[in-house]
Amino acid sequence: MSDASFLSLDKLSLAYGKTIAVKELDLDIRKGELLALLGPSGCGKTTTMRAIAGLMTPVSGRITLDGADITRVPANRRNIGLVFQSYALFPHLTVFENVAFGLKLQGIGGDELTRRVDAGLKSVGLTAFSGRKTPDLSGGQQQRVALARSMVMQPKVLMLDEPLSNLDARLRLEMRTELQRMQKETGVTMIFVTHDQVEALALADRIVVMRDGAIEQIGTPEEIYNNPVSSFVADFVGFENLFAIRNGKLVAAGGIELDPAGPLPDAAGLAWRPRAIALGAGPFTGTVRGVSFAGGTREYLLESGFGTVKAEADVSVPGYPLNAEVAFDMPISAAAPLHRFG
Amino acid sequence: MTQRLYAPIILLLVMIFLIGPFFIIVAASFSAGDTLAFPPQGFSLKWIAKVFTVESFRQSFAVSMFLAIGGTLTALLLGIPASYAMSRYKLPLSETVRFLVSTPIIVPGIIVGLALLRYFVIPVGLSITLALFLAHTALVLPYAVRVVSASLANLRSDMEEAAVLLGSSRLGAFFRVVLPNIRGGILAAFILGFVTSFNQVPVSLFLSGPGVRTLPIDMLGYMEIVFDPSVAALSALLAFLSIGIVFAAERFLGFSRYV
Repeated sequence: MSDASFLSLDKLSLAYGKTIAVKELDLDIRKGELLALLGPSGCGKTTTMRAIAGLMTPVSGRITLDGADITRVPANRRNIGLVFQSYALFPHLTVFENVAFGLKLQGIGGDELTRRVDAGLKSVGLTAFSGRKTPDLSGGQQQRVALARSMVMQPKVLMLDEPLSNLDARLRLEMRTELQRMQKETGVTMIFVTHDQVEALALADRIVVMRDGAIEQIGTPEEIYNNPVSSFVADFVGFENLFAIRNGKLVAAGGIELDPAGPLPDAAGLAWRPRAIALGAGPFTGTVRGVSFAGGTREYLLESGFGTVKAEADVSVPGYPLNAEVAFDMPISAAAPLHRFG
Repeated sequence: MTQRLYAPIILLLVMIFLIGPFFIIVAASFSAGDTLAFPPQGFSLKWIAKVFTVESFRQSFAVSMFLAIGGTLTALLLGIPASYAMSRYKLPLSETVRFLVSTPIIVPGIIVGLALLRYFVIPVGLSITLALFLAHTALVLPYAVRVVSASLANLRSDMEEAAVLLGSSRLGAFFRVVLPNIRGGILAAFILGFVTSFNQVPVSLFLSGPGVRTLPIDMLGYMEIVFDPSVAALSALLAFLSIGIVFAAERFLGFSRYV
């Protein structure tokens, strides 16, 4: 084992009954990394997480952790923590007892138990809530209890299911910072599952984009954001204008072909973010069908001869009214080349 | 406007219909006369005192208590695992099982009693006590399964998974996490089962033998021979016992959440 493959999935296939959820997945996770599994619902990300935790048995393939094959090791002996989306706290126990649950099962008691639970509660800032019953806490506090309950076990891997999706905007930022701090302090390998690209980009060291039970792309947030390999990833991270390349021409979503403004790269398609569309001059024209103000920018929906184009322009330049005819350009140099389309 | 007028009147009539007989029984039990009558003649506590001196009442009370407690506990021992299995696993026959378990409520009790007597007690030589025990257990089982299933349905299964990931076995998770969180439902099922069994007449009617009969059957028999207010006194005592139990359960466990 090396640090680069602390946890590895080797041709892992997972199924619910006869429905295949994950097909021959290969993935190496580094020790101490913060990895995001990103994808729409039904892409197999949660299933993969459950298999790593041991909550479901693979159809085929292998999972190795820290040099040991854990494919057949029962969930209660893997020492992998999981913070559920619902938090799954034990409502009949106090905050202290929830955090103490796993330690007690290891036969830890007395002063050591108190010391370790207190340290866990302190690390999530809940010392004052130790004696409360968990249903009395707010959602954010419940999540911290769930986090402390997993972390006091000193798990080899900590997994989190949609950790920020149930929180409001302010708490989300707070929790994000806290998770990153905790990860840096303890060095625990963290995997979290999300359908929200903003969450994944902000939190992860590395992102695995999944689609239909397979990996679509693996990369750092910058790589995923700037260089999506496929139209699926591009669409997921905010490239709203997607064109396939066929016989030297660009093909819009509606199937209409258009001549590019310059020589095309060797790729299956091109993708432009709204802000990469240059308004005011260019070979194409469109009618403004929608304008929305987004703080520093204005977003436009343009109806062109080949379909709708989404553009974004700085508020410092004069805007265009509804139904105005606007010339625009889709510069090849500003486009992301896609290796797979469709 | 008319609604405002009629609603309280209808409510009052329903209350009188439901609770009225109870007041009559209570009043009759304090009678000083020698026959069961309403309005009571005079006031005395002698019939209430007499209840405790009738030997057959004491015996049949013990039988009824044994059936109500033993039958309900047995039904819970069968019903809790069955409910758990049906709620957590997609079993092929769970709907059939659910239906079968409910049949003792659907089939008239008198038929169950007669069938047990005709096909078990007489030909097989099953003892009356055992037949009563089986009948009461079967009768209470639907309540156990329904009420426990309802509280299990409110319990998310990821709580058990969380317990397993913290090092507990599946069985351990059931005892440490599931059971403590459905104990209110279990107690509610116990009280419902207890009351159902204790008040059961039709099934028990055919199942009585020398020295073995339930309290309600014994009261029926007593009234056929002696028509004094002690039966009213006993009924009143039993009613207060039931009310006390339900109030205590509501007070400490929020009984009404589970029924």
